[in-house]
Amino acid sequence: MIRFTAIRLVEIVAMLVMMSFVIYALIGLMPGDPIDLMLGADPHLSAADVARLKTLYGVDRPLVERYLAWAQAALSGNLGYSRLFSAPVVATLLPRLGNSLVLLGSSFVVAFAASLALGIAAARRPRSRLDTAVNFACFAGVSLPTFWLALILILVFAQGLGWLPAGGMGGGEGGGMADRLRHLVLPVATLTIASIGGYTRYVRAAMRDALGQDHIRTARAKGASEARVLWHHALRGAMVPIATILALSFGSLVSGALVTEEMFAYPGMGKLIFDAVMGNDYNLALAALLLATAVTMLANLAADLAYAWLDPRVSYR
Amino acid sequence: MKLPLVLLAAIAGLSLAGPLLAYVMGADPSSVDLLDRFAGPSAAHPLGTDELGRDMLLRLLEGGSVSLTIGIAAALAAAAVGTGVGLAAGYLGGWTDRVVMRFADGVIALPLLPLLIVLAALDLNKIGVPHALADSPAISLVRIVVLAVLVGWTTAARLVRGATLVTRSRDFVRAAQSLGARVPHILWWHILPNVMGPLVVATTLSVGDIILLESVLSFLGLGVQPPLASWGSMLSSAEELITSSPLLAIYPGAMIFLTVIACNLLGDALLQRFDPRGAIR
Repeated sequence: MIRFTAIRLVEIVAMLVMMSFVIYALIGLMPGDPIDLMLGADPHLSAADVARLKTLYGVDRPLVERYLAWAQAALSGNLGYSRLFSAPVVATLLPRLGNSLVLLGSSFVVAFAASLALGIAAARRPRSRLDTAVNFACFAGVSLPTFWLALILILVFAQGLGWLPAGGMGGGEGGGMADRLRHLVLPVATLTIASIGGYTRYVRAAMRDALGQDHIRTARAKGASEARVLWHHALRGAMVPIATILALSFGSLVSGALVTEEMFAYPGMGKLIFDAVMGNDYNLALAALLLATAVTMLANLAADLAYAWLDPRVSYR
Repeated sequence: MKLPLVLLAAIAGLSLAGPLLAYVMGADPSSVDLLDRFAGPSAAHPLGTDELGRDMLLRLLEGGSVSLTIGIAAALAAAAVGTGVGLAAGYLGGWTDRVVMRFADGVIALPLLPLLIVLAALDLNKIGVPHALADSPAISLVRIVVLAVLVGWTTAARLVRGATLVTRSRDFVRAAQSLGARVPHILWWHILPNVMGPLVVATTLSVGDIILLESVLSFLGLGVQPPLASWGSMLSSAEELITSSPLLAIYPGAMIFLTVIACNLLGDALLQRFDPRGAIR
């Protein structure tokens, strides 16, 4: 188990190193490089100045050399300076990561709880009216464009009814916790509705599988109550595939969060990445993308470990 | 199976008939009429006009043909790439298989949308795409198809690899091998037909996903570029006007929703027919 974790961690680090190079190279290919931006801001710069600036920033050196210099600085904790926020990248990044984890975490908990209830209810009576309704609702959920859903929610609950704020994070100017929660409702609802359909389908499929096993019949024959059969015997077996799928869906959750944060002007990682890419903030975009990748891979590792913990037959030696 | 098929056929048929309808109505989807902006439904404009006075119905139909073309083209391309990779990995086995499948796992685990945004924002001139091509209006369509293939090939690759692993040791493959059949012949005539069912299902399901991806990229301003209409880009310009004219945002979103749910329901119906035990999802 320890060995498995260690190997996976090494793999993750190797993957991150690879990704950092790929992203570094890609970001250099985006339109408008820093020198062009300076040239645009100050028309008095001469060709000689441009050449001098290029040497100063090292833009004239080959890609690999520049990457190595960046990597060396990054390893000593210096990720550079954000052009967009006029602050060090690390100081910009960390609070945003916290905000995103609050959003992702709350919507994950809500979506998971709801999908367990719906999925189990649907799996107990296959082809019943409830099952059909849940199935159709799931299809509707996965087919909704997230940004459109967000627009509709804003239109109804913020513009129409005026119950909730349309965007931002709140909590400032003495608003406190209640204000922050009010600002969280619509983004969490959006992200939850967007992910619940997929989750419920997985839960239903896993529970159908689990309920068809021999040991369930044995438990029923022993006279175990329906609740015990469901929650103790069946759910335990079903949790194994469910846990894997849920953790693997973390990547798509991060993607959904990007759109949701952008729609609700919620200051999280997703919005940060989008703004950094669109605003040609190379340092920030690079660090933010790598952080998002690292978080996703760690979530996948957690899934593998949960898998072994839930299912005693699985052992990673 | 019938309902989603009818729905999809209706959307596709109407979208294809868009130019004909435009001819009959004597207008085209990009003709601007600043004196007739935000008009309500009328005989001349059945769904009203948008913020530039363009006919909403014609724009929706043009968006439909753009979205469906991208969705189907990209789904087929991703399935083709994935099939090639899956066949190679499954048939060759060993190191090729391990490396390729680890790579596919890695791609699946990435936070894809943030990375796609970087890829969608790339300056094509810097990668060495010729100017004439990089600035042509069709390039935004090609770009989305390429991005969708980069994301989507893994599903087909896994399916095909799995089936190839099972099939390659079956007796009829051994027989073909011993008769001296070449590898491409075996792959094409003996292995591929055995994965066709699940592959068709997965491809159908991916059309919906790709239309969603296209709409979100277009919404963010990175997909289909104006003057060409796409449901996502229509939503993007409608977003600022959501309070004054919400219908401009509701129509294209509803079209995306209907198209994607039709693809998903059709895929599910095919799944139950081809693969009742549900090995795909």
